[in-house]
Amino acid sequence: MSETDGRGSTSGATIRLENLTKRYPGNPNPSVDDVSMDIKAGETVVFVGPSGCGKSTTLKMINRLIEPTSGRIRIGDEDVTDMDPVKLRRKIGYAIQSSGLFPHMTVAENIALVPKMTGWSKAKVKDRVEEMLDLVGLDPREFHGRYPRQLSGGQQQRVGVARALAADPPVLLMDEPFGAVDPITRDHLQDELIRLQHELHKTIVFVTHDFDEAIKLGDRIAVLRERSHIAQFDTPEAILTNPTDDFVSGFVGAGAALKRLNLTRVRDVEIADFPTVSVDDPLQRIFNALRGGAGNELLMLDRRGRPYKWLRRGDLMRAKGSLARAGQLVHDTVTRDATLHDALEAVLTDSGGRVAVTGRRGEYIGVVDMETLMNSVHEMLEADRLAAAEHRHDLEELRHHRTEQELEGGADSP
Amino acid sequence: MSFWSYLSARHEQLLTDAFQHASAVFQCMVIATALGIAIGLVSYRSTWGGHLAITSTATMLTIPSLALIGLLIPLVGLGVPPTVIALTLYGLLPVVRNSIVGLRGVDPALVDAAKGIGMSRSAQLLRVELPLAWPPILTGIRVATQMLMGIAAIAAYASGPGLGNEIFRGIASLGSANALNQVLAGTIGIVILALLFDSAYVLLGRLTIPRGIRV
Repeated sequence: MSETDGRGSTSGATIRLENLTKRYPGNPNPSVDDVSMDIKAGETVVFVGPSGCGKSTTLKMINRLIEPTSGRIRIGDEDVTDMDPVKLRRKIGYAIQSSGLFPHMTVAENIALVPKMTGWSKAKVKDRVEEMLDLVGLDPREFHGRYPRQLSGGQQQRVGVARALAADPPVLLMDEPFGAVDPITRDHLQDELIRLQHELHKTIVFVTHDFDEAIKLGDRIAVLRERSHIAQFDTPEAILTNPTDDFVSGFVGAGAALKRLNLTRVRDVEIADFPTVSVDDPLQRIFNALRGGAGNELLMLDRRGRPYKWLRRGDLMRAKGSLARAGQLVHDTVTRDATLHDALEAVLTDSGGRVAVTGRRGEYIGVVDMETLMNSVHEMLEADRLAAAEHRHDLEELRHHRTEQELEGGADSP
Repeated sequence: MSFWSYLSARHEQLLTDAFQHASAVFQCMVIATALGIAIGLVSYRSTWGGHLAITSTATMLTIPSLALIGLLIPLVGLGVPPTVIALTLYGLLPVVRNSIVGLRGVDPALVDAAKGIGMSRSAQLLRVELPLAWPPILTGIRVATQMLMGIAAIAAYASGPGLGNEIFRGIASLGSANALNQVLAGTIGIVILALLFDSAYVLLGRLTIPRGIRV
């Protein structure tokens, strides 16, 4: 770990599953049947499928919480199938539903567990704990000595992720980690995970039964059917626009176009500038800005540069010159990592049809409005249609050229 | 002779008896705790083993204490040995049962998490399962101690140490001047000792149960 780039300098490792099978005694059918899969370094792969399809079992075979009956597991260049499982697990982060924090240990003690076990020095562990808390967006001074029961569900889950990442493992396994928190918190946590992954580039294997979550988080999604058979393993875009069969399209569900909005982030569309003033600006300057600006609206920022109020021409007049009463409070903002779906939601509920985009500490960055969103969505869908048509074309050509040959797995066999 | 003058006349003997009583109970509880938790650890993972451990220690408890001590005398003689053996056996049940219940009560998700982040089997036990099971185990130890306080009095029957001697002496000389005083002094002494021990356990709980799981 270098000192300058302290956080998460170990980036992901490849994971290769070869013919992984799990049989339980007394059950004629295997729970996981002959799964082979290549996961690239630094990639987020989401296993999604109905409950009982064996996705969780498959995940737990990667860190050998469940020992495979047959097959091999390789992480990086190493065959880990016969390695000491305790050593293996210390190199793999593990986050589970309802956080799995130990209630008798403080937040700091929980996070310090794995680094301590791997023999880091006391000072290094201490620094790392602070760093991890900061990384998951919790104030180290405030949360350091708290016990898990003194945290909200979302905060617990953040600490759970911090603990999983503390020893800087190349691989992170997440077993429905956000399954037990409320939808709003879940949304935030998903955004946070995306932000984290932008910084860390770990190899993440994530299990969920929520397809929307899979689309939002996955670089690639493995749709699994019973016994962990892979129905389709592809990018979210490809699965949405080109599902291989009825099982997958059934799982994708209705509203694929709307779901497509979850695949693009605010950072990918044009963020417009908006005239701003600060609460500390003198009244006269605000007047001038309102009168002089092209639009007839201003965004007022608070002392820390965060969006505070929308001010329209005339608002000040109506409030008789009192800044405290004038204008409309900003009630919703999005980050650059938010999906277009979230942005659309915010724009639709905003009376002015726009939403302020903020940075990591809540500071103002720009504004996205309805028009920008519409244009981006049109472009996006157009591009998808083209890609899908090209894909179909390729497949037909492939069939045409190889009529006498057997088509193997990944292709769309009839 | 009034009770108070009896106390002041005999306080040296009484204090010695009380000390011996407390020390016998304390030492037997240490052995019973160590044995009980060990039995719990060995058996809590299997349904069958847990049943066996609980049933056998429970059976021990149904044997009347006087009979058990009486049965032990021909085997190990008089005095301290039968006392220690009997008290330890009686102390086992609450500790064993609460250890098993406590260890089984640890959230399986936490055990899974402990294993998943790379704890060895012994680390799982020492750092996660035992600390989480400690409150019920401590309750078991507390209950067992209360019970042993009373049972230890019977030890005097096998010429064991403790306040039981006062009680037995009093009962043996019923009708004499000090009979009632002796019985009273022994009994009240045991009650006071039990209360002292109990408050010690409250303190021990405060010191050893982590703040995160204290009720």
